[in-house]
Amino acid sequence: MSIQAWTYLIVGLTFGLYIGIAVWSRVGTTSGFYVAGRGVPPLANGMATGADWMSAASFISMAGLVSFMGYTGTIYLMGWTGGYVLLALLLAPYLRKYGRYTVPEFVGDRYYSQTARLVAVFCAIFVSFTYVAGQMRGVGVVFSRFLEVDVNVGVIIGVAIVFFYAVMGGMRGITYTQVAQYCVLIVAYVVPAAAISFKLTGNPVPQLGFGADLIEGPRAGVALLEALDGIHRDLGLPEYTAAWVPGKKSMIDVLAITMALMAGTAGLPHVLIRFYTVPNARAARWSVMWALVFIALLYTTAPAVAAFARVNLIQTLHEKPYTEAPPWVKTWEETGLLEFTDRNGDGLIQLGTESENELRVDRDIMVLANPEIANLPAWVVALIAAGALAAALSTAAGLLLVISASVSHDFFKSIVWRDMSPADELRMARIAAGFAVVIAGILGIYPPGFVAQVVAFAFGLAAASFFPVLLLGIFSKRTTKEGAIAGMLTGIGFTASYIVYFKWIAAENSADYWLFGISPEGIGTIGMLLNFAVMLTVSRFTEPPPQVVQELVEMVRLPGVREDG
Amino acid sequence: MQTDSSTSRAHWRDNLRVMGILLAVWAFVSFGLGIVLVEPLNRFSLGGFPLGFWFAQQGSIYVFVVLILVYAVWMDRIDRRHDVHESDDA
Repeated sequence: MSIQAWTYLIVGLTFGLYIGIAVWSRVGTTSGFYVAGRGVPPLANGMATGADWMSAASFISMAGLVSFMGYTGTIYLMGWTGGYVLLALLLAPYLRKYGRYTVPEFVGDRYYSQTARLVAVFCAIFVSFTYVAGQMRGVGVVFSRFLEVDVNVGVIIGVAIVFFYAVMGGMRGITYTQVAQYCVLIVAYVVPAAAISFKLTGNPVPQLGFGADLIEGPRAGVALLEALDGIHRDLGLPEYTAAWVPGKKSMIDVLAITMALMAGTAGLPHVLIRFYTVPNARAARWSVMWALVFIALLYTTAPAVAAFARVNLIQTLHEKPYTEAPPWVKTWEETGLLEFTDRNGDGLIQLGTESENELRVDRDIMVLANPEIANLPAWVVALIAAGALAAALSTAAGLLLVISASVSHDFFKSIVWRDMSPADELRMARIAAGFAVVIAGILGIYPPGFVAQVVAFAFGLAAASFFPVLLLGIFSKRTTKEGAIAGMLTGIGFTASYIVYFKWIAAENSADYWLFGISPEGIGTIGMLLNFAVMLTVSRFTEPPPQVVQELVEMVRLPGVREDG
Repeated sequence: MQTDSSTSRAHWRDNLRVMGILLAVWAFVSFGLGIVLVEPLNRFSLGGFPLGFWFAQQGSIYVFVVLILVYAVWMDRIDRRHDVHESDDA
């Protein structure tokens, strides 16, 4: 069977599965729609969180990014997993104990202020929409590459599927489809990785093959990473494993970016809301543990894939005649993700420093073309397509639920139409979800130029706004609404201005001009510290929160005692 | 079930202590071993890995998982000690 036939088969089967789950798990109550009736077991919620969290970018782009960055790729690996420690210890169990339905709702209750709740709603919707547009685009791109349909047709198919299970099943439908999507995406990621690891090192476990000796090629018998460092030296590039060398990021910048990604991860509403769906605070703690186990499976495989792909790419192509290049080079050239320019006209492909490099390789290829580079069978290539779609659809659905709940529960129910009946609220939530899916689809078809830029900064903005407000809301009884509002505005205002200044206004965007040498990617860390400082200072000089809020904080801190009903 | 405020305070104190210990490990392994000390550690090797590089791209992630596991187990014990334990089927 051809790659395309296999892809139609596997993608068709997985989509059928998602629709089947949606029909089985449809809901009829607001609690079912917003928080899956709070009956999700910790293990299942861990899987769902894994799929919710790992987006098209984690699946398709991350290994490629790490492959080009070498050691510096650590910022993503550590930043996007270390945040779960903060989530488990500082936020998830308490937010679950608080109960209710949304993150802005907690902000509004804890800071006894509708204004604070509205600011939180705005942040949640803004972050979620920028993120979701990228997912829909990812769905379209996967469809166009593997099934040769138009990108926009791909987006529309994706919209139809998500519309079906998100509108019908709400959080319950999303949760159980995410469990299935996690299984699809992890198999799709690990199987090719294991095959490549076995081919290069004789060890099928990528995490171990990463540190093993090469068994083929000119550097057989040398440890993979040592060989890679050697290859880089020969090409005149900085060593792969070297940390603080010219051409890579500085230590202060790596520290700041890692911290911003960690705090941002812990503050993203679509991840936080997953921990509202488990039965109690204890289940929330265990659930974060499972989530990180499932995420770590992919995140410890990714850097291995990155190194394998780098070795493979250079050994297969460097100094080889272009006419004898393997067929996948031609296939990927047609998509524009690979480009060969014979600068010195010798007919050979040369890789190396910027001035000598003749092959431009898009980072996304590292995962998408891996099975072809390693000569794996057609069904593995098809599996990659299904995995990438699972990663994109699951994240999109989680984000859409946040948007829907923010609109129906935090805006309409709490401000516009307070005595709305539960049945009306459910209808409103479905309509909001439906609209959100359609808008996401439109953003996917006509992606505004700023989306890609903004997604990268969503973490910094979440770190500088949500994270400190939630953290101090639980750990300090003395923080006031004035403090919270001032802190959020300072954090997000400072971070956004710094990013906008260096990305769009300043003539130079380089370390010489940055504050303390911290790039716009890492500035969320400074924004977060400013938020903390402003919040604590303003709170000292304003009226303490009312008694009922102090009791709320007490209640949230102690598991077991149920007062939320 | 109602719990008096002394239970609540004692439970919170125990919780903060556990949290402090685990967050110290978290910061030391990720920012310390994985970033600040990466070059000195790279002079040692672990199998085929430079040690600092291993901590940055593999070891830190394993440690994160273990930290959350320890937290969940430790808090279960603290909950039980203060009689605020939650069962699996709330």
